[in-house]
Amino acid sequence: MTENPRPTDYPSPQLRVEALEALLVERGLVKPEMLDGFINRYVNDVGPMNGAKVVAKAWVDPDFRKRLIESGTEAIKELGFEGPQGEHIVVVENTATVHNVVVCTLCSCYPWPLLGLPPDWYKDPAYRSRVVREPRKLLGEMGLDLADEVEIQVWDSSAENRYFVLPNRPKRTEGLSEDELAAIITRDAMVGVAVVKVG
Amino acid sequence: MSLVENLGTDSITSLPRLNGELVFKEPWESRAFGMAAALADLGVFDWSDFQASLIETIAERESTRDEAEPYRYYDCWFAALEKLVVGRGLVSKQDLDEMVTDFCKRPHGHDHRHEHDH
Repeated sequence: MTENPRPTDYPSPQLRVEALEALLVERGLVKPEMLDGFINRYVNDVGPMNGAKVVAKAWVDPDFRKRLIESGTEAIKELGFEGPQGEHIVVVENTATVHNVVVCTLCSCYPWPLLGLPPDWYKDPAYRSRVVREPRKLLGEMGLDLADEVEIQVWDSSAENRYFVLPNRPKRTEGLSEDELAAIITRDAMVGVAVVKVG
Repeated sequence: MSLVENLGTDSITSLPRLNGELVFKEPWESRAFGMAAALADLGVFDWSDFQASLIETIAERESTRDEAEPYRYYDCWFAALEKLVVGRGLVSKQDLDEMVTDFCKRPHGHDHRHEHDH
């Protein structure tokens, strides 16, 4: 499930995709520039750095943290983050004894405005089933060994609730600014398959 | 394919560039993504309708998939989109098939999408 080499005889849907776009354009349903706009936005502008800013702010601003936990979608708007798949964002906070991890067992629900589009492993059937069945083992394989006393909570994202993990702030980061904190926060930590580390 | 993720020990990624990493491996994946996003944004269909179609498509594929075959997420994405636009009568399957056939007849050298065609 790591590399997905495309066999040469694999019938690429490329032509069919092009044909559908051509028909939709011909019928005035979409303009190619609109597609370009969405693609460009999620390739270049929207990504985990947005979520990192939210986490950093929550670490330094207890009032913001409270609002974020109460209503994720409303709180992230304060930082200008909204858009498709940004509705019903539910922020779950890690503690010393609880570690949260997010999955979408049915498809690929993901908080786009905060993390961009999901990585391959998030959409992979193996991740989607194993993280529910054997989260501790899978997280271990992904490089995250949690102490036995830490409880793992698995959150299944859907159209109703898109979960986002507020990771623990690492020790020895007291001197860091909000921007410096944002720089150490990783996407994987905000999905819950990693923790934030310093250095 | 250094950007391919794996579930091995080295998957802790920082933010190597603005958006983390490449999200589309092939251009058609991005067009399929863009079509669904644009049509939902325009209100041609609700995002939840697309999502329902995607969930159904993924469930079908997973129930019949050969485990040895790589999982192709954007194939599911596009199949879900096609199902929805055909189901809504926006485009007929016949029109789509005919357009694909026409594209196949394009002269050599014109078999790829050009960014400035439009």
